[in-house]
Amino acid sequence: MIRSVSKSLLSSLMLIISLLALPVLAGEAEFNQYEEKLTKAKFTEKSRIISDWMATGSGEALSLVQLMLDSQLYYHKKEKQLYRVEKAEKGAEAIRLRDGSLVVIDNKRHFKRVSINNTLRSEFGALLSTAALLAESPADRRSAALDLIGTATPEVVGQLRELIKSESDSSVLEAFNIVLAVADLNGDNTTRAAKAITTLADTLEPAALAALTQFVERSSDEVLVAAANKAIQTHQDQASFYSGVETVYFGLSLGSVLVLAGIGLAITFGVMGVINMAHGELIMIGAYTTYVVQLLMPNSIEYSLFVAIPAAFVVSGLVGIAIERGVIRFLYGRPLETLLATFGISLVLQQAVRSIFSPLNRSVETPSWMAGSIEINPLLSLTESRLYIIFFCLFVFVALSLVMKRTRLGLQVRAVSQNRAMARAMGVRSEWVDAMTFGLGSGVAGVAGVALSQLTNVGPNLGQAYIIDSFMVVVFGGVGNLWGTLVAGLSLGLANKVMEPWAGAVLAKILVLVFIILFIQKRPRGLFPQRGRAAEG
Amino acid sequence: MFLLQILKNDKGGRWLIGLLIALIVAVPVLNSLPADSALHVPTYTISLLGKYLTLALLAVAVDLVWGYLGILTLGHAAFFALGGYAMGMYLMRQIGDRGVYGNPDLPDFMVFLNWQELPWFWSGFDQFWFAALMVLLVPGLLAYVFGALAFRSRVSGVYLSIITQALTYALMLAFYRNEMGFGGNNGLTDFKDIIGFSLSDDATKIGLFIASAVALMVGYLISRALTESRAGRACVAVRDSESRARFMGYRVENIKLWVFTISAMIAGVAGALYVPQVGIINPNEFSPLNSIEVVVWVAVGGRASLYGAVIGALLINYAKSYFTVELPDVWLFALGGLFVLVTLFLPKGVVGLIRKKESV
Amino acid sequence: MSGFSLQEFMRRDQVFDIVNAAQSERLNVDKQILLYLEGLSVSFDGFKAINDLNLYIRDGELRCIIGPNGAGKTTMMDIITGKTKPDTGTAYFGQTIDLLNMDEPAIAEAGIGRKFQKPTVFENLSVFANLELAMAQNRDFISLYTAKLSSEQSDRIADVQQLIGLAEHSFKLAGALSHGQKQWLEIGMLLMQRPRLLLVDEPVAGMTHQEMDKTAELLISLAGKHSVVVVEHDMEFVRNLAEGGRTVSVLHQGSVLAEGTMDQVQNDDRVKQVYLGE
Repeated sequence: MIRSVSKSLLSSLMLIISLLALPVLAGEAEFNQYEEKLTKAKFTEKSRIISDWMATGSGEALSLVQLMLDSQLYYHKKEKQLYRVEKAEKGAEAIRLRDGSLVVIDNKRHFKRVSINNTLRSEFGALLSTAALLAESPADRRSAALDLIGTATPEVVGQLRELIKSESDSSVLEAFNIVLAVADLNGDNTTRAAKAITTLADTLEPAALAALTQFVERSSDEVLVAAANKAIQTHQDQASFYSGVETVYFGLSLGSVLVLAGIGLAITFGVMGVINMAHGELIMIGAYTTYVVQLLMPNSIEYSLFVAIPAAFVVSGLVGIAIERGVIRFLYGRPLETLLATFGISLVLQQAVRSIFSPLNRSVETPSWMAGSIEINPLLSLTESRLYIIFFCLFVFVALSLVMKRTRLGLQVRAVSQNRAMARAMGVRSEWVDAMTFGLGSGVAGVAGVALSQLTNVGPNLGQAYIIDSFMVVVFGGVGNLWGTLVAGLSLGLANKVMEPWAGAVLAKILVLVFIILFIQKRPRGLFPQRGRAAEG
Repeated sequence: MFLLQILKNDKGGRWLIGLLIALIVAVPVLNSLPADSALHVPTYTISLLGKYLTLALLAVAVDLVWGYLGILTLGHAAFFALGGYAMGMYLMRQIGDRGVYGNPDLPDFMVFLNWQELPWFWSGFDQFWFAALMVLLVPGLLAYVFGALAFRSRVSGVYLSIITQALTYALMLAFYRNEMGFGGNNGLTDFKDIIGFSLSDDATKIGLFIASAVALMVGYLISRALTESRAGRACVAVRDSESRARFMGYRVENIKLWVFTISAMIAGVAGALYVPQVGIINPNEFSPLNSIEVVVWVAVGGRASLYGAVIGALLINYAKSYFTVELPDVWLFALGGLFVLVTLFLPKGVVGLIRKKESV
Repeated sequence: MSGFSLQEFMRRDQVFDIVNAAQSERLNVDKQILLYLEGLSVSFDGFKAINDLNLYIRDGELRCIIGPNGAGKTTMMDIITGKTKPDTGTAYFGQTIDLLNMDEPAIAEAGIGRKFQKPTVFENLSVFANLELAMAQNRDFISLYTAKLSSEQSDRIADVQQLIGLAEHSFKLAGALSHGQKQWLEIGMLLMQRPRLLLVDEPVAGMTHQEMDKTAELLISLAGKHSVVVVEHDMEFVRNLAEGGRTVSVLHQGSVLAEGTMDQVQNDDRVKQVYLGE
């Protein structure tokens, strides 16, 4: 991804040069001189003219080369001047390179392409890439070098050997070494080839692996082939290691989603002992809040999530408090009835969203700072959005733990959950605590909805998709235990992703469910059982 | 008479059985009336009624475990669907070479998936007796294994509810997979005939309706006989105080296991009769929402009253048919509201209301 | 049956059907000891509810157990009836039956009955059904399903109903009974169960004085044929039961603090200290 980005960057850079910087005042005469030569030259001469021009240190030659490669360099037959033409037809625009002025083509026959043949094409290509090797930024230099793997001509190789002496950036040096090693591998010198194999064995570039594989197929030198095979083995070991790392990464990010979805439930179900089947819909409300926030601030999508998170917390929290005050408080101590009533609420909320928004999915935009990925090495790049989810999950977890452990509300919640009558006798307003606790759990569900809106479709069924998973996480982790929820969520996510490659996504999910069903038989109180009111339920 | 013995203290049950017998007699007669007669009952209505009766049977099965044993099952649709699939597989085999691909050995979807031969678990399903046996055995076995694990390790209450839900959810996901060999997404459909009778014939439809009514009667009587026996009282004892029953020497897990398994089998029969009347079975039948809906039927009708379960199932399914046609947007509001209102204000359901009226 | 009354029931020269214990054939009481608890310890989250408890109940004995709150009385009952498994120690019923390897129903079948502190009757069943279920019988599902009430069984239920004073309430739901009636019903259920060992947890809580006396009489009459272990707070009631030199055990912090006649334990310095905090 990075490489293609930088490539297009490179070409657009050249375009800018060709459009604006061409009529450099100092070089105007020079330009005119070469322009004239180029319009007259034959194929063989063109190469010489360009290299002469390059030798003067001017960047203009290079941009012309790019234009030639793109078949956009034309000259006016009468004026003998160079134009940039995207489409040679009547009415199209042409740019006179000499002064950058715009001309409308009235007769396409007046324009003739400065043509190149295949030899020139490859020569110019090499020219461009070696030129790119001199680019300002190390990343550009590196990617330019990597493009040369296996295609570097002897001239380029020679040039590289010069450049390597003055190169100081280690990542660029590595790339240079790979290019040279591949060139050596393809050469005749066995000592050099042997050394090249050792170099290539140490790198993670897929191109190095390809070069080695080709070498094994081609070469008859047994010693070298053995060495190359060993290097290939190292490569494959590395590859499977990094794909393992990637699986763990995917697993952690899926696990984080599960933790986010479940952690609100860990409060309402775990601490309060309330079975809230509408939990999924509170997540859904959070996701729709994100959608609405983005509608309200269409010009600042970048910042929308920072508004959406508190907004979703408040909206879902308020809905949660309404549910608690309106229904659940009449059903305390009757968990099965609570389950049914809250399920009814979940149906109502789903239908409400269908009626208000639409039964169709709504698209929530992802801010650009969340897109993209971090390339750790050629075999491993981490998508940033997943990374944000993991951090966000940990953030929510820590924040919630602090609320439960360090605040007055947390203390009161724990007091009420352990002994309601005693807590009331001590002056805790248990009704208020119930409402606040439920609001907190619901609000966290809303926040989870914001995170989910970045990953999946936002639709009326969003909540249903997560409710069973959430319950599984909480039950597996042990009711009333935030730590348990974290561990359970992450490990279920990991298990899912580890099984996915050989079992497929659906079967992996089924296996995880079956595992939990069996696990509950063995340890009905989950991984980290707790005592207290919820545990007795 | 044995029947009267069972219904001795069961006024509602006597009404129900009487009504079902009346229906069995009256419906074919009314159907045979000319179409312009005011009393004519169209075949379409009969099939719809037949479908309601199978759902009522499912409600009885759920009430048996929820009402009398205290197990809030959120996975009974799984047993219903398994019974349905067993019947569906039989009906599928009856299509023979009349499918779109005309393959005499393989159902269409297998031809479509390029399968070469019938999977082993499909063998035997071309025989009705075998399929009928599986309608009982498959749900029964699943319930037995699941129950043996869950009850022995004393998983109860909400936890049990959640894992029954996980069970049906897992099954739904599994049946969605083409590799399972049950037609994946689309399920089994395009049935032609059952034990030699064409499913498009009116007479077959009436026959299925009668079969459903009889099944509901038999299922009701079995359940009633169970709840009226000492075993039924033991169930109530287990429901109300599990540990006390244990200290008294009752093997709670065995009692639960028996009733749960019987209930699953009844649900399987209901599913098997449901499928030929609606003409399709697909993985959606496993969806957790279906299971929990059944619980609401029972709650509305009146938990721990078997005829209440029947009333609830009929009432809500009629309402559902009405709403989904006339006011589709309102249906989920109505259903959801019903969940809340019944649990808050009508814990004994419609039957509770009736009894209150009677005692006043 | 109308003439059947408590007085008649308690005549020592006559053994009624209902007091014959149903018990495991494996039960061996050659050494005259019915229950052995040795070296029992159990802790919950670091709190030692039972700490190296040793207790022996003789066959046919009526034993009172007293002790302040948190002394471990209920936990001890839980261990005997299989609800709680101890961390260490052994519990034998007779010489041969290892209680620690059995679950609650197996222990109940072996002949140990328990009455709970809080009366737990099946509130949605009639008095009659409560007693019927408690009756010693084959409790597998098929037997229960096919069970028909024999005339012998219905007589026995009627007898017990008479005895516990609920004959007129036979078809009343147990949930509709008063607190005291529930206590009696539960004692009746225990009698139906015909256990060899009765564990009675605070039987007289919420009873009037007359009822208390009646209960005491009943429990005393049961001893001999059965072993009875009574846990009670009410000292007067205990004194009443322990009359005639019966043994009283004092539990404190999970182990037996003192054992002897009522007079002996009352004069024990350590017991005084525990109870009076001196």
